[in-house]
Amino acid sequence: MNKNDTLLKTLFVGISVCLFCSIIISTAAVELRGLQQQNKLKDQQSKILSSAGLLTNKTSVSELFSSIEEKIINLETGEYEDSLDPNTFNGRLFESQDYSKDLTTSIVLSSKKVLTSKTRENFAKIYFYKEGGQIKAIVLPVRGLGLWGTLYGYLAIEPDLETIIGLEYHTHKETPGLGAEVDNPRWKSLWKGKKIYSQSGEVKISVIKGLVDPDSSEADYQIDGLSGATITSTGVSNMLSFWLGDLGYGKFLKKLKKELEEKEIFNV
Amino acid sequence: MSKTREVLLNPIFNDNPIALQILGICSALAVTSNLYVTLIMCVALTSVVSLSNLFVSIIRHHIPTNVRMIIQMTIVASLVILVDELLKAYDYESSKTLSVFVGLIITNCIVMGRAEGFAMQNSPWPSFLDGLGNGIGYSLILIIVATIREFFGSGSLFGYEILVLVQNGGWYPGNNFALLPLSSFFIIGVFIWLLRSWKTGQIEEPEYRIARNNLETKEVKPRI
Repeated sequence: MNKNDTLLKTLFVGISVCLFCSIIISTAAVELRGLQQQNKLKDQQSKILSSAGLLTNKTSVSELFSSIEEKIINLETGEYEDSLDPNTFNGRLFESQDYSKDLTTSIVLSSKKVLTSKTRENFAKIYFYKEGGQIKAIVLPVRGLGLWGTLYGYLAIEPDLETIIGLEYHTHKETPGLGAEVDNPRWKSLWKGKKIYSQSGEVKISVIKGLVDPDSSEADYQIDGLSGATITSTGVSNMLSFWLGDLGYGKFLKKLKKELEEKEIFNV
Repeated sequence: MSKTREVLLNPIFNDNPIALQILGICSALAVTSNLYVTLIMCVALTSVVSLSNLFVSIIRHHIPTNVRMIIQMTIVASLVILVDELLKAYDYESSKTLSVFVGLIITNCIVMGRAEGFAMQNSPWPSFLDGLGNGIGYSLILIIVATIREFFGSGSLFGYEILVLVQNGGWYPGNNFALLPLSSFFIIGVFIWLLRSWKTGQIEEPEYRIARNNLETKEVKPRI
């Protein structure tokens, strides 16, 4: 028998190779973790800023982001949830997923069209951009199913709470050139100025098939479809009607609107 | 040609891992729709295959025969995780696009194939060069495929627009087929065809020939 094939030698070689490799990998992982988390955070912050149209090449992302105020809200009551600290609120990549596992902090959904989980968490972290104490933009995290998986992104709306500023996805698995055209700057620019709610208060915004007819009375509520990516387009529509409706930020937005209107009356 | 040069340069045209050994096709399909991402993938694979060859070759006299594959795999997997971590730290954008495909270098047949086929029998320096050569051979095909796919699919190279797409207000209707992974099959196929018409030694013997219809050509012997 070859001297390498004895039990002792086999164990020795196996264990030492494994030990050596694991030491190298853990060192690398620990050393690089700081940089990686910075990258992740910076990526998300830049998407939040760019959805609100605030991203410029001149100022750094972290500097711009310092003018953003983070708040936790309760989607069920529509109130601010001050008991949770925005800084420690789930610093993971995807906002507030942990709360969807606990039934006391989530609600059960009837369909799985938008979220892959059966439940929706009650808390969400949202972002205000203020200038001189005035709200200039509100950024809401949204997520929903596309063709290959969940798309995660940010929707920015004007302080009138009815007009869209922009929609930006930070993580998705859509086909490059087809569904991944959600990242196309030209398509993203179509969102600016679109209206969300109809006269009766329903979510009306949708991605249609084909091009929007600019003369139609519906044009304010419609976005050009992505050609060759019907499922992604429908996914985007579904996601918006879910998150902007009563199951999503609807309750909060209604309360906020009342609040802002009252403020307006006082100011006048 | 000296032995070292032969080891390094042979895998590029004469013994190309994709075109002749038909290894590592899966990632050649998956990551080639964008040239920049492809380049990152090529660098990642080339470093993994050359370093894994080097390390396997260094300890080759001590690897027990029964567990040699597992030992090779451990080394390969560690290198891949290392590359993935580095990518996440220094080039977050492309690591997002490459996602699972960096991790899948572990299962890339070229890496295991070279470790088992070359590094186990040769000393460290030639093994390293063999890995490097195979990495370059792989990269060559990927870059050709990615150039064709990005040019015809998105009208751009390295993200710079060359043919302005209809979506962006130009005239060029992007070829959606070129963006789908299976278009790489055709491009690789054409490449293999061209390569084999140039280097005829690579043409394989047909495994089976259909026999000629011999009823008409043979004389029918009268039965007695």
